[in-house]
Amino acid sequence: MRERVRVRGTTDHPHPSSPVEGEEKWYMVNLNDYGTYETAWCPGCGNFSLLKAVKQALVASDLAPHQLLFVSGIGQAAKAPHYLNTNLFNGLHGRSLPVATGAKLANPRLVVIAESGDGCHYGEGANHFLSAIRRNIDITALVHDNQVYGLTKGQASPTSEHGFTTKAQPQGYVLDQFNPIAVAVAMHASFVARGFTGMTDHLAGLIRQAIAHKGFSLIDILQPCITFNKVNTFAWYKQRCYELPKDHDPANWNAAMKRAYEWGDKIPVGVIYKNDRPTFEDQFDVLKSGALVGAAVDKEKLKEVMNKYL
Amino acid sequence: MKKNACNIVIGGEAGQGLVTVGELLSKALVRSGYFICVSQFYESRIRGGHNTFNIRVASDEVIAPQEGINLLVALNKETVEIHKKDLLPGALVVVDEKNGEGCEICIKVPYKQFSSPRTMNVAALGVVGCILGLKEDVMAEIVDQAFGKKHPEAALENKLAVTSAYEWAADKSANFEKLPQIASPASRLMLNANDAIALGALSAGVKFYSFYPMTPSTSIGLNLAAEAKRMGIIVEQAEDEIAAINMAIGASFAGAPAMVATSGGGFALMVEGVSLAGMTETPIVIVMGQRPAPATGLPTRTEQSDLEFILHAGHGEFPRAIFAPGSIEECFDVTRKAFQLAETYQSPVFILTDQFIADSFHAVAPFDIDKTSPIKAGSTVNEVLLPYQRHAFTETGVSPRLLPGLSQHLVITDSDEHDEIGHITEDSSLRKRMVEKRLKKFEGIKKEVVPPTYVGEPQPDILFVSWGSTKGSVSEAASRIEGKTTAALHFSQVWPLVPDQFLKTLKEAKQVICVEGNAFGQFSRLIRRETGFEITKHIRRYDGLPITPEYILREINS
Repeated sequence: MRERVRVRGTTDHPHPSSPVEGEEKWYMVNLNDYGTYETAWCPGCGNFSLLKAVKQALVASDLAPHQLLFVSGIGQAAKAPHYLNTNLFNGLHGRSLPVATGAKLANPRLVVIAESGDGCHYGEGANHFLSAIRRNIDITALVHDNQVYGLTKGQASPTSEHGFTTKAQPQGYVLDQFNPIAVAVAMHASFVARGFTGMTDHLAGLIRQAIAHKGFSLIDILQPCITFNKVNTFAWYKQRCYELPKDHDPANWNAAMKRAYEWGDKIPVGVIYKNDRPTFEDQFDVLKSGALVGAAVDKEKLKEVMNKYL
Repeated sequence: MKKNACNIVIGGEAGQGLVTVGELLSKALVRSGYFICVSQFYESRIRGGHNTFNIRVASDEVIAPQEGINLLVALNKETVEIHKKDLLPGALVVVDEKNGEGCEICIKVPYKQFSSPRTMNVAALGVVGCILGLKEDVMAEIVDQAFGKKHPEAALENKLAVTSAYEWAADKSANFEKLPQIASPASRLMLNANDAIALGALSAGVKFYSFYPMTPSTSIGLNLAAEAKRMGIIVEQAEDEIAAINMAIGASFAGAPAMVATSGGGFALMVEGVSLAGMTETPIVIVMGQRPAPATGLPTRTEQSDLEFILHAGHGEFPRAIFAPGSIEECFDVTRKAFQLAETYQSPVFILTDQFIADSFHAVAPFDIDKTSPIKAGSTVNEVLLPYQRHAFTETGVSPRLLPGLSQHLVITDSDEHDEIGHITEDSSLRKRMVEKRLKKFEGIKKEVVPPTYVGEPQPDILFVSWGSTKGSVSEAASRIEGKTTAALHFSQVWPLVPDQFLKTLKEAKQVICVEGNAFGQFSRLIRRETGFEITKHIRRYDGLPITPEYILREINS
């Protein structure tokens, strides 16, 4: 990391974090600072572009590796944070959001990103997905949505379309497809976006905005799984994904709900909905004076607590 | 019978204010300088049913509950019927006169003469306080403190109810032995196990507590939530127990000491998280308030049947420690110790309680808070080798843990098997070394085991072995056996077990009896597993009720 003149964020994208406690340095990073790693992904996997977009966004956000905490679950997607320099807690399948929530509350200065697949976020961890939206905890959820379970070799996922055939669903998947965008907008999530790995620069821009946004930011990122999803291929997405027009107002909830149900021949990508709800952290007075981490125990106050039992 | 002990049982339907009356009476007793042992019996419902709040009181320490009743306070008619058989000679029954028809042994109180439906319970407190010999102003002050803030308009009404009750009751219980007067009552705290655990956690430096409500552990979270703002901690009710434990692990990973509490069914959901804590070497304290199982079981009753569950919970092999405090003071101490052990050995540490002790108020000397220190979470950069590796191999198996974001060094961990840095590995020899590293920590934990306490004659005729909340009942039963020498060996830490600390005493006793609240004899099995010593005599209880001294004595004599 080089210490140079810090590039201040704009009012649209305020800088999300402040420097490490006690240090005066501000960091201007470049891609090299994030390192390059050998991956366990199939050649041609959408994850490669996704990882590139993530690194681009982090650099554009002036975030140094140590200022971040990535939390992931289990799946090929969840390996992504191993492939860049960062603090990382790679936990259990479906459980990245609660771990991310606990860590963020313990140290709000960390920029926390929960990165995992559609199985983690919408299947195993669906309850946590709903709760993260309700809390509006200031973390970014990057969902690698390839509409299949890849690492376990090709079962349907919550976002698989009706009729999708796999060895686990040989007669075709009968469940109705889960629509994370619609659910998130319906719940007034404070930042809802969809991206596509084939539009890498656009995706990088979305990630940067998501990180800068104060509150729970969801980006459902469409990507092909070249090994196990022969339906929703790169070409399939490329044909359908289009950028939301400039006159789409993400503050307009009704318009967002309409866009949320656009699927099939046309799939809109971009920031679909946004609002300024207070964050979960805002309600805790204790966090206004600093992180929980390293805070002392006020013995006089503890004695007051104890003496209530007299 | 314990000298000078009086067992007061307040009975009624859920919704009648039974617990309020019970807690206020307990408070009055403690303020007056008495010792108490409370046991609470309630059904899994909000209205109706039959519940009791039992207070055994004496002027010296009361370590166990009592079955026989000296003073029955019946808030409804049914209570008299149900508990007639438990009344001791000379017992008194206090009942509303409208419920007392046909009851020869009852003191029939004309509540409507000096109270309204709203103040009836306060009047009952006054009647009981007078009968016991408690000072009227002590009772009045407690009532005022309880209701004064919320209902200032009723303050006068309440005071009048107390005064009228004392007036009325003054000559109604001449034959009842009043409690011995205590001239200068010492200042003591009225605490149950959950209160003590919450205080212990706060003094140890807990900063994050996440929970899903589940009887009998809920009040730990409520206590901490009430003081969260004052103490600068965060308490969060999670969407489920899986979220609760994962949040706590996340908070702990980032450097905020964290705790969760639950009961058997909730813990079942947390089990994968336990394994996660073991693999990522993240400190966490887990309180498990046992209740009868399997599945939903008896949600509001007591048992000690989750020892083996807690011992083995979490797939894979990793070290842990398990405490089972036997008194309210021990609850405070083991909670502090649990935080210290969890941090030092970066492992999950458990505290086993049960419904009986969770709800059992005692009078406890205030803790010396000034002498306590909180734990220090994580290491600083000058305490670690660079380049930093979160899971570096060390002699003790413990890798100093930096906290993410507090320095430029990256902290990486994984639920997958990992290398020293924390990245995923499938290398089998590295895997083997990591398993051994994690298990090596167990040796350090063993060196810090709290030894069992031994009270009684050496080489006794009967040695009672127990763990957890039965400590007091066992101790009292042992002291009441006549014609034989006895001793009691109690384990407040049930894992690890260090045979050197107790095997000799087991072998030297003529007869060993293991007392526990489960059907399989889980602790005696653990003793045999770890030491080869087979305990052949058992006293077990698994009907949902607490083990009392009387229960033990009956079982011995049968």
